[in-house]
Amino acid sequence: MEKHIAINGDSAVALAWKQIDPDVCAAYPITPQTIIVEKFAEYVANGEVSTEFVCVESEHSALTLCTTASSAGARTFTATASQGLAYMWEMMPIAASMRVPLIMAVANRAVSGPIDIHNDHGDVMAARDCGWISLFAENVQEAYDLSIIAPRISEHHDVQLPALMNLDGFILTHATERITPLDDSIVKKFVGEFKPLYPLLDVKRPISHNLMDGPMFYFPHKYQMVLAMNNAFRVTKDVFSEFGKISGRKYNIVEEYKCDDAECIAVVLGSSFGTMKEAIDQLRKEGKKVGVAMPRLYRPWPIEELAKLMKGKKAVIVMDKHLSVGSYGPMFPEVVAAALETGSMPKMYNYIYGLGGADTMVSDFVSVFKDIEAGKAKRINFLGVKE
Amino acid sequence: MVNIANHKDLVVGDRVIEPGNSEKFHTGDWRSMVPVLDRGKCIDCLTCWIYCPDSSILVEDGKIKGVKLSHCKGCGICAKVCPKSAIEMKGD
Repeated sequence: MEKHIAINGDSAVALAWKQIDPDVCAAYPITPQTIIVEKFAEYVANGEVSTEFVCVESEHSALTLCTTASSAGARTFTATASQGLAYMWEMMPIAASMRVPLIMAVANRAVSGPIDIHNDHGDVMAARDCGWISLFAENVQEAYDLSIIAPRISEHHDVQLPALMNLDGFILTHATERITPLDDSIVKKFVGEFKPLYPLLDVKRPISHNLMDGPMFYFPHKYQMVLAMNNAFRVTKDVFSEFGKISGRKYNIVEEYKCDDAECIAVVLGSSFGTMKEAIDQLRKEGKKVGVAMPRLYRPWPIEELAKLMKGKKAVIVMDKHLSVGSYGPMFPEVVAAALETGSMPKMYNYIYGLGGADTMVSDFVSVFKDIEAGKAKRINFLGVKE
Repeated sequence: MVNIANHKDLVVGDRVIEPGNSEKFHTGDWRSMVPVLDRGKCIDCLTCWIYCPDSSILVEDGKIKGVKLSHCKGCGICAKVCPKSAIEMKGD
């Protein structure tokens, strides 16, 4: 019989990592990620995992330790949010260029200032160019599942890149939902043994790692990362399909809801996908041909899948939970670039919403579609802000 | 355009998997000054040999034989530490 449990998003991530039983975890607590680390520390203290848990003095040290532990050959994970991720930023491109498999859960939270602990995507968007794979969860079940899936993508020898697993702060991290976890043995078998390429601790094959590159080697090393990201599409599809077989839960590079016959579609990330599905259902009842898509994989950016989805649509609404002040939301230009591949550009709209945790209801999303239908939408719109 | 290496020739992740290959990197190419030894003044105290950061001082049977220039960057430490001023830095 299937086992169901009630659990919040942070605890679900910790549970997944308990089942994976990594070699090393170094983390520093920060709201709303704290429960992940607290829960995991409990597993360590109770002897339920064999992980070396390192209490570090900062996020910068946490990521430095994780990067070097992975370079040494250890399966490693960490978690952070907001200012913590900002403090890790310096090490993020280094971890990626060192090509160390490493998983970081990010409990997405607004970046200060102004000071705010609530959810938006400001933290992960500021880290998007660092060369990490980036996955987004819609709900607690997905946060759990993606935690188990992520190491398989990151550690694949054709990929070898660190990965972020994003879950919306508070909306998912602190919300208790019903999930169906997998048995420990199934998780262990699925993730398998970490087989690092050229681990530093392999004394029979001594190597040097993370050396001075200079103009002759920097660019080709970056190009190798481009190829690895390209490989990540194939690897992710394979891992999703394998995960589907053990769990019955199917994941896609881009998730879609009622997009087939839709004339207007929205593109969202994270928990808003669920809210938007509810809005779509309401609008469908009124006979509106609308749909919604979520790039499950944000890095690498799924241009091909999005272009296929947008082809022939009249309008595309890009919902950004972050703002590049003075420009658009970060996802907007990327969706527009993907739309170029359709050959017939739909009308493109950008909605900035939910910054700093501003509550966004189903009715708000319904109003977005209605504004566009009424010709009231501009190129860039700030949902709920009195202009 | 700088000569960019072929990515296919590079190990992923900025790794060097051939130990000790820094010997192949001739830092002597950077040199603008060269140490010149006056054997008449040298007392073979080996102070320069101890201080040289690039192991460029050649020693045989406890005697200074000269400087191996392939890795000598011309930093001048040998000349500075020589108690007998037996080494002079000259333009290369």
